[in-house]
Amino acid sequence: MKIRAQIGMVMNLDKCIGCHTCSVTCKNVWTSREGMEYAWFNNVETKPGVGFPKEWENQEKWNGGWHRGKNGKIHPKQGGRWRILAKIFGNPDMPEIDDYYEPFTFDYDHLQKAPESKAMPTARPRSLITGQRMEKIKWGPNWEEILGTEFEHRRKDYNFKDMEEEMYGEFENTFMMYLPRICEHCLNPTCVASCPSGSIYKREEDGVVLIDQDKCRGWRMCVSGCPYKKIYYNWKSGKAEKCTLCYPRLENGEPTVCSETCVGRIRYLGVMLYDADRIEEAASIPNEEDLYEAQCDIFLDPHDPEVIAQARKDGIPENWITGAQESPVYKMAMDWKVALPLHPEYRTLPMVWYIPPLSPIQNAVESGKLPLAKNGIMPDLDKMRIPVKYLANLLTAGKEEPVELALKRMMAMRAYMRGVLVEGGENQAILDEVGLTVDLVKDMYKIMALANYEDRYVIPTGHREETLDAYGESGACGFSFGNGCSSHSNSDVELFENPKSWRGPSASGKDNRVNTLFTQGKTSASGKSAGGGCGSGGCGC
Amino acid sequence: MDFFLFQIFPYIAIAVFALGSILRFDRDPYSWRSKSSQLLRKKQLIIGSVLFHLGILTILAGHVVGLLTPIAIWDALGVSHGAKQILAMAAGGFAGVFCFIGLVILLHRRLFDPRIRATSSFSDIAVLVLLLVQLCLGMWTITVSMNHLDGHEMVKFMEWAQHIGTFRGGAHEYLLDVALVFKLHITLGMFILFVWPFTRLVHAFSAPVGFIFRPYQVVRKRAK
Repeated sequence: MKIRAQIGMVMNLDKCIGCHTCSVTCKNVWTSREGMEYAWFNNVETKPGVGFPKEWENQEKWNGGWHRGKNGKIHPKQGGRWRILAKIFGNPDMPEIDDYYEPFTFDYDHLQKAPESKAMPTARPRSLITGQRMEKIKWGPNWEEILGTEFEHRRKDYNFKDMEEEMYGEFENTFMMYLPRICEHCLNPTCVASCPSGSIYKREEDGVVLIDQDKCRGWRMCVSGCPYKKIYYNWKSGKAEKCTLCYPRLENGEPTVCSETCVGRIRYLGVMLYDADRIEEAASIPNEEDLYEAQCDIFLDPHDPEVIAQARKDGIPENWITGAQESPVYKMAMDWKVALPLHPEYRTLPMVWYIPPLSPIQNAVESGKLPLAKNGIMPDLDKMRIPVKYLANLLTAGKEEPVELALKRMMAMRAYMRGVLVEGGENQAILDEVGLTVDLVKDMYKIMALANYEDRYVIPTGHREETLDAYGESGACGFSFGNGCSSHSNSDVELFENPKSWRGPSASGKDNRVNTLFTQGKTSASGKSAGGGCGSGGCGC
Repeated sequence: MDFFLFQIFPYIAIAVFALGSILRFDRDPYSWRSKSSQLLRKKQLIIGSVLFHLGILTILAGHVVGLLTPIAIWDALGVSHGAKQILAMAAGGFAGVFCFIGLVILLHRRLFDPRIRATSSFSDIAVLVLLLVQLCLGMWTITVSMNHLDGHEMVKFMEWAQHIGTFRGGAHEYLLDVALVFKLHITLGMFILFVWPFTRLVHAFSAPVGFIFRPYQVVRKRAK
């Protein structure tokens, strides 16, 4: 047994209102730069839909994730080491920018500067890649918002697998839910396995998966390797970039930006202890439907004295062990079994889990009350608007029992607490039905329903004092992208063609190009792009 | 002039090539990348890039082996000069055609695709043009070589390369009376080495051979 700690996340889809605050704050912090306009480390999809990039879940098309061979060994679905190298000159599995969308801005300035005319001036779209006019925007970062686009397109959603999707195209049967997505920071990441340069790595102390920007050579195999399509190729710098789980914040015990700003309080962060020796075994389980349980099996009980002793031996700090004991993620995934992984069938052992959403009971309107199943205690899950099979395809590789248990436990919690707080009676029977105790359900209520800040984010601080002599860091460069504050970039001439901001006022041949979302390196009256001063990103010096 | 181009300039070019690359790798690792534009337009890239890379790697290997292997070894192996030259012409010509088709596709895409053009730097275009011109010169030499199939001209180039490689004087004298197209080809070749560290060509050094021997997962410990 080799114990490692990982910061995991749970998102409670039952509470997500699809406001996109997470996406916008994340974008402002991490990807409001040239080359990354199209990239969303955090995005929120309306399901059912093909998602972002288009059909990312369809691995028949994109070949992401792992494949279990006949010999029981797993290798990346896009190919083993030799196959990956053979594709290095041109990667057939990599999405094109149009699979995401061509990034655009609008000629906002025209609204102010247009001469007097009979018609209202308009702000027409312009490509952020070519700087040229776009006559029609055909796809965008959130094109399917609230079931936008026609059903004929949305029905390609991979989660309709083994379902009669036609009926959900009818107005009466239609359903929707939100799915916020970030990098899964997997225990068995395919992006890491696919990187020819070995530049992607998992941090031992907290499990964050990062790309070493100095080592990345732009071979772009990680983009196709990741089944969640959460690695983005920066067309400006020629390097891959991904969600960092806001590790500079985590190290200080603060939640990620997307979590911090979530107005619905749907996100939870906490420590999970797992057995690193059993990763391959868990990821190689023959039956896809068993992958969810296999992953649960390698999580370790942080209250078990043996686990604690071994964790200390493996160098896990004391505050991380207590963090694991209080972890909301552990409680939701292991104690209450309400959180489930996203597409475990990709065999990456993802670490961002989801609580499935409850949905209205179909014929509640007709009958005036909840239709109860035969035993008369719990509502009938088959009558829920979001089909259980759909959620199972999303969260448990098609196995419905775990989804049903999670939904029932959430309904039981609601019914029980409603009894306690409103109706004045404790319905013990409903708890027995789903195997919960009064203590557990009260804790569930506190963490899932009230969801106070300190209950949602239990993040032990990283121990940078062990590795960093902070004295030398004083007055130095803060966190930055790319070369950050390296001395070369002080010169105007980039000897080694270091990527720098080029899209100044003159690039489009028009002086009226402004951009309110991506302000870096723009609007400078002097004509010198601001981005060049500090490499390709912000810099604290 | 011949003395400068074939005795002095090669050393300048090689020095810049080596030192420049080392300095760039050390000082500016963020700029060290293949600069792939596949994301912006995939269709032409895959066929063009595969043809180009396979062709140029074959040609490169042929030049290194053909020019730098001492003649004594070929003689010991019993390969006659004429046979070696015909082998070089055939293999080089074949790979050259591959490379040529690939390069033309890549250059066409770089110049005429609005997305690729808008995101190209001067050096991105210049590198393709340089390589295309160099390839054409190289292919042209094949037709010249047809006139002397006994391999004695080829031996001159081997002698020249090996004299340069072993820091011997008089290297340029081997090239005094060769056809102009050879001189142009060599000069441009040295020039490409000269500009190498300042272009995307450096990614050739990063051919990820180590990937074959690496375990799939990479976990980094905190530095202690």
